[in-house]
Formats: sequence, C-alpha cells, structure tokens
Amino acid sequence: MEGFKTLLYKECLRFWKVGFQTVLSPVLTAVLYLLIFGHVLEDHVQPFPGVNYTAFLVPGLVMMTVLQNAFANSSSSLIQSKITGNIVFVLLPPISYREFYAAYVIAAVLRGAMCGAGVLLAALPFVSFDIAQPGWILAFTLLGGAFLASLGVIAGIWADKFDQLAAFQNFLIMPLTMLSGVFYSIHSLPAFWQGVSHFNPFFFMIDGFRYGFFGVSDVSPWTSIGVVLTCFVVLAVVTLQMLARGYKLRA
Amino acid sequence: MTPAIRIAGVTKRFRSLQALAGVDLEVAQGEFFGLLGPNGAGKTTLISSLSGLARPDSGTLEVMGHDVVRDYRAARMALGVVPQELVFDPFFSVREMLVLQSGYFGLKKNDDWIDEILHHLDLTTKANANMRMLSGGMKRRALVAQALVHRPPVIVLDEPTAGVDVELRQGLWTFIRKLNQDGHTIVLTTHYLEEAETLCGRIAMLKAGRIVALDTTANLLQRFASHTLQVKLAAPVTLPPLLAAKLLREVAGGLEFGFEHFDDVADILAGVRAAGGSIVDMALGKPDMEQVFVGIMNQN
Repeated sequence: MEGFKTLLYKECLRFWKVGFQTVLSPVLTAVLYLLIFGHVLEDHVQPFPGVNYTAFLVPGLVMMTVLQNAFANSSSSLIQSKITGNIVFVLLPPISYREFYAAYVIAAVLRGAMCGAGVLLAALPFVSFDIAQPGWILAFTLLGGAFLASLGVIAGIWADKFDQLAAFQNFLIMPLTMLSGVFYSIHSLPAFWQGVSHFNPFFFMIDGFRYGFFGVSDVSPWTSIGVVLTCFVVLAVVTLQMLARGYKLRA
Repeated sequence: MTPAIRIAGVTKRFRSLQALAGVDLEVAQGEFFGLLGPNGAGKTTLISSLSGLARPDSGTLEVMGHDVVRDYRAARMALGVVPQELVFDPFFSVREMLVLQSGYFGLKKNDDWIDEILHHLDLTTKANANMRMLSGGMKRRALVAQALVHRPPVIVLDEPTAGVDVELRQGLWTFIRKLNQDGHTIVLTTHYLEEAETLCGRIAMLKAGRIVALDTTANLLQRFASHTLQVKLAAPVTLPPLLAAKLLREVAGGLEFGFEHFDDVADILAGVRAAGGSIVDMALGKPDMEQVFVGIMNQN
C-alpha cells in the first residue's frame, strides 16, 4: 500500500512541479474559449430555456478541461518515463499492476479536477448560476476523468514515440471532445448528426456534467452515467489486462 | 543455506533471437559474483528476468528463495538493481528521488540510511541538486544509491562503472566491497575484465544465451590463462613448429607467447633469435581475465 501511495504522490508532485504547463495553461485556454465564444454567440444562441449561452458554455469547458488533462497526465507521464527509461524505477519495486493503474488514474483525475476547478473559478466573474445537482457534477468528474485517465494509460503504454501520442490526442481525443456538445446543444444539430453524437461517449460526459449545473440536459443523466460507467469499466479491464501482461513494459 | 539467486532452465526468445537458451545458475549468499560475456550474450536479459523487467519463456528464477513471478513482492524486496542505462527522472532532486524510491519499497522513514548512502557515494553535497544537473559519474552513483535504498541482501550491478572516471570508480568499488563484507551478495556484469578479476570470487561467462564457463576466478585463470612474453622484432620471422606452438597471437610489430614457468622465457628468446629474429623490446605479462575471456569465447 505504501508503494501505491508513494507512486500516487510522485505522479501528483510531477505535474505540480510544472504547474504553469499542466494546470494554469489549460485554465487560460478554456477561459479564452469562454471569452471569445461567449462574446460572439451570447446574443444569438440560447441552448436551454432560461440559460444564456455563456452560462451554458462554462460546464462544457470545465468538463472538456477535466477530460483533456486527465488524458494528458497519465499518457505524458508514461511515455516520458518510457522514452527516458526511468520507468524502471516503478517497475523494479514490489508494486502490483493494480496499484500501478490506480496511482496513475487517480493522479490524472486529480489533475483534471484541479484544472476543471480552475476554469470554474476563472469563469465566475463572467457568469452566475446556481448548481442544481452537485452529486452529478462529482460523479461525472470522477468517472469521466477516470475514463480518460485509463485511455491515457493505454496511449502512454502503446505509443513508442511522442508523435504517436500526439496522433492519439489530435485525431481521437480532440475531435471527440470538440464534437461532444461543449459549444452547442445537440438539439441544434440535424437529426443525422444528433444520432451520430450518441455514439460519442464524450457527449454523455459533457451532457451529464452540465445536468449537474442546470438540471436540464439533452438526455437523461441516468443514461449518461450508465454509458460513461460502462465505457470506464471496459477501458479499465483492457488497461488492467495490458498491465497484467506487461504489454510494452515488461519484455 | 538458501542460495541468494537460483536460476533453473531459463529460456527467452525475442522473435528470431534466442536471448537465453537454458540457463542454470546458483549464486550463494555473500558471494561477489561476476557475469561476463560479449554484447548480446544475454547478461542484461538474464538480469531483467531476475528483476521482473522481462518475462522468461520457461524456467524459474528465485531471489533469496522467493520466486520472481509467484512471490514477486518478496523477491523484489530482496533485490537491488543498478540498470545499465544512465536513466533518471528529470523532475526530482537526488534526495527526492531516494525518498520516493524508499516509498516504492514500503519504507516511510528512511532518512538516516539515505544520508549514509549519500555520504558513502560522495553525493551529500548534491543531495538537493536536480538529477539533470549531475555529471555522468554522479548520475551513475545516484543509480547505485537508488538500488541500495531498501537495503536489499542481493545487489545486481549491470555495468556500473561505464563512463565513471578512475577515482570515482575506485570509490564506488570500495563501497561495494564494504557492502559485500557486510554480507550483501553482489552480482556484477562488466566489460572491464580486470575489475571482474580483482573483485569477483566466482565468474560465469555467457555466450549466445548459454553459460559457457562457470568457476572460481582463480580456477579460470589457472585453466585458461598463462604468463605472457611479448617481443617486438626488427623484422618478421618464421618460427619453428615447437616455438609456434607457444605463440598466443601476433601483436603490433611483434609476437606474444604464453608460458607456464619462467625458465621457459630463456628458451623462447633463444628460439626467436635462432629463427633470425632481432628483438628490439620485450615485456612480461601475468595471467589475466582477458586471456581467459578470449580463450573461452573462441573455444565456444
């Protein structure tokens, strides 16, 4: 257990030591999105009755930041350790593959949550809203973050070079996040694209998370949590199998 | 007594390369053991299999009686490995790295031992320096410190002195010798054969994934090496068959002979002169591990 706790601490310390890059930069990026999109679309779009566009945008940006940073943390930590070779320092000690997985995922969720909280705090001067269902916010933060953190562990283990990881991030994570309803309600889309959106698990994470703020969403939060939970369990099983076999870590 | 290391029937294949082809080996507790072989012989694969970094295709490996797969926690607690590559985590200082490494092995309060290791490895003044700021030799010593942080009874050093200058190397060996005298089992791989000869009580030689020699250092020297006589000649000569039988190899501008008794030196010199050779320089050499190594590798 001490090994797990130390690995978790080390993973948190790692991102905290470069906090400008790992926490403040994503917060700034999200705030810029908020200012620009909010300014341009505030008077033109009302996604939900009684909810203005800027307020609608904030939960989407918070969740997008949580997801992207959870993925970035586990994936970048692993690939850096693999490429520099210092991954041996955590493979030689008596740390089980379950402890290894848990430490990387929890640290990634913590970074995602810190970044998300930063975006929320930075957005407060621009919007005002009541939080309708905080339990849903917490549930989607933890499960969505863990889902992306697991995906990050898979990507970090699978990729042999930074270029492959960038491809994973730019051709999978980024499009799925951007097309998940962060900036719009899927009810504004044509029927075909509404249907396509239902095959994107990121949509359910954003929509469910947003439900926690406004108490309204495109689909039921129970459906969303079911989808996200299923996706997380599937990914967790796949990741644990990879770690148990030592895929690309133990020759 | 339980052997420090027991390896039985270990094989490992990487695609078409048979890295380990059935290795059997036992290292007793308290030994200073050398594992030698040319590049690609399987030394690092064997060490990786022992430490859990690689998974053998067949066979068993134990550290202090603990199977490295079934009882991996106890096996890894008993083993400290200094990896061959100069790897480090650029985010942390030397002390942070050692504290983290202690935690990985379940040790919460380990500051006294960390201070002692830093002192013995001459790293005290660099304790709070980031790993990136250290020279190559210091990084190497920091790796040794990491391997020792949980006081493992068995320590494996995979080419620990590569890139370390002479003074630091001697300091490192003084410390490793002390650990051995304190009861730690040391397994060393190195390309510096004179180090192996000086330090190791027993040596195994690997070639193409097989152990081709395993004996005490003294026995290996006795069986496979001889005193040498190097003569430099003004011009090449053709040796008579009796003298040619004593020739070990041709060296730059001369010849190297092997002999058992010093009385033979006069006979060799006389034979060279009788063959028309004009000797311009000569030197005597003791039996050494390089001869043993070259001899065994050529035999196999």
